[in-house]
Amino acid sequence: MTEATHNIRQKKRRFFRREDLALYVMALPTIIFLVMFAYAPMFGLIMAFQDLNITKGILGSPYVGFKNFEFLFSTTDAYVITRNTVLYNLAFMTVNTLVAVIMALMLSELRNRRMAKGLQTVYMLPHFLSWTVVAIVLTAFLDRSYGVVNQIIIATGGKGMVDWYRQKDIWPPLLVFINAWKGVGYSTVLYLAVISGISEEYYEAAVLDGASKFQQARFITLPHLRFVISISLIMAMGSIFRGDFGLFYSVTKDSGRLYAVTDVIDTYIYRGLTKLSNVGMSTAAGLYQSAVGFIFLLGANWVVTKIDPESAMF
Amino acid sequence: MAKNRRSFNQLTPGWDFTFSTLLILTSLLVLIPMALVIIVSFSAESSISNRGFAFIPEAWSLDGYRYLGKMGSQVMDSYLVTIAHTLLGTACSLSVMSMYAYVLAQRNFPARTFLTWFLAFTMLFSGGLVPSYIMNVRYYNLYNSFWIFILPSLVSAYNVIMLRTFITTTIPDTLFEAGKIDGAGHFRIFFQIVLPLFQAGLATIGLFNVVARWNDWFTGLLYIQNSKLIPLQTLLQKIQSTIDFLKNNSQVANTPEGIEMLRNLPTQNLRMACTVIVVAPMLMVYPFFQRYFVTGLTIGSIKG
Repeated sequence: MTEATHNIRQKKRRFFRREDLALYVMALPTIIFLVMFAYAPMFGLIMAFQDLNITKGILGSPYVGFKNFEFLFSTTDAYVITRNTVLYNLAFMTVNTLVAVIMALMLSELRNRRMAKGLQTVYMLPHFLSWTVVAIVLTAFLDRSYGVVNQIIIATGGKGMVDWYRQKDIWPPLLVFINAWKGVGYSTVLYLAVISGISEEYYEAAVLDGASKFQQARFITLPHLRFVISISLIMAMGSIFRGDFGLFYSVTKDSGRLYAVTDVIDTYIYRGLTKLSNVGMSTAAGLYQSAVGFIFLLGANWVVTKIDPESAMF
Repeated sequence: MAKNRRSFNQLTPGWDFTFSTLLILTSLLVLIPMALVIIVSFSAESSISNRGFAFIPEAWSLDGYRYLGKMGSQVMDSYLVTIAHTLLGTACSLSVMSMYAYVLAQRNFPARTFLTWFLAFTMLFSGGLVPSYIMNVRYYNLYNSFWIFILPSLVSAYNVIMLRTFITTTIPDTLFEAGKIDGAGHFRIFFQIVLPLFQAGLATIGLFNVVARWNDWFTGLLYIQNSKLIPLQTLLQKIQSTIDFLKNNSQVANTPEGIEMLRNLPTQNLRMACTVIVVAPMLMVYPFFQRYFVTGLTIGSIKG
């Protein structure tokens, strides 16, 4: 046995072994992909320190030091987009988790199991829609001339004709709601899968001890869910600097009047690239997003290693 | 699911009724908006201009779909692009990713740690949108090219890690060893031993891919000008932001009767009809594949 281990160790010293050739061949497409589409763009981040000239390319463009960053942080833009991105993500995490846990608890207790199955399928439905489709579904309600909401306002004697895509106040809660509408079903089904994996014996013992339904949820089900919830929350913390582009661009119809409350880092970068052609500053914003996001992710992972080393990413 | 569970520990009928009612009401939040879109797509344009989008229109009509059919070329092109994006893209992704996952699952492979990190680092840090855009357009010539749908989305690090977890948890190491002793090379082990045992994993990741690709509107928005290469979702996005897009990009606009037709274009129900044909295929298949998503979810939350 020790001899065998020794043998393996000896082999490990040699990085390239003939019998491994096939493995390198199998890994090759992904390696090429990663170099071209992941590492090359990382290298491209030096554009953040350049005044990019497309014809000259990344290698030929002049360097301007931190000018792009100065430009980015000299306005209130950087503050607004950071605040929006972080606050929305925090709200999304909280609302989605709470609602999904409550719904999973209720679903798991329904007597009619077939109905529970059917409801699950319905809740999952929005997960399979693109943000564009969600945006159109929302227009059916909020459209200025034809939308259901304005029709109801008119029918009940109100003035109607509110242009909801210009009403800043409604959008923060509305976006939280829409995000929950699309995402809660997915989390509910996940939590439900965990709940159905909890051993029956816990509940039997609890009943013998005279525990009520509420106590069972509080002392058996929730503790079992705690683990998966904390992992997904920590994961969400790791991407707290990433705004969901489709939600903030498509669902808001990219309405300029709403930017103060709907602009997030990702939509800002997109606009910088496509409309303002301010590539340098856009890249600077992207680097800012990636760098801070990286720190958050490391922090999140560090927390996971404390709670449960097995689930850590690295 | 809890089968038959707790016949002695069931909810009281009162609570059961309360929960059922709450949950059914919640499901209406999903069903009603979807129903509205379908109803509007079948409403007459006159009804929409009189009463707006209504759950019970004054008059029904197939005009939305009829016009969609008349302007067929654009819709057909877009359907083809989306189907190719979905099927070819998923097939390519799965082949490339599952081979890499197999490599990462080899415990005795010296380069394993390095290759894992080489992949995992891309989950932690990325160049972001702008450098990728510049690379794809300036250096790889992918602007207005079909390959933009396949190449930049070929490998998802997260999916590869999930596939690796599928392999290590479902296929015991001893099976690899047995294959090696029998003199099988890695390719033979991969195709003859791993792939057949691995279908649930492939199905899960494949479905993630199918959904993401079918719903991808952003790639088309960013990289495609040529109307022959616009995927359905991007077409829908363009119709949503400028309802005129279909008018301007349709071949019928060249004929006198076509121009007449465009003047009376039932834009509102057309948009909803277009939404319905985009969503319908996905909604018809997802209930059958739901369970794979649940497997994926669980694996994903075990090992990020």
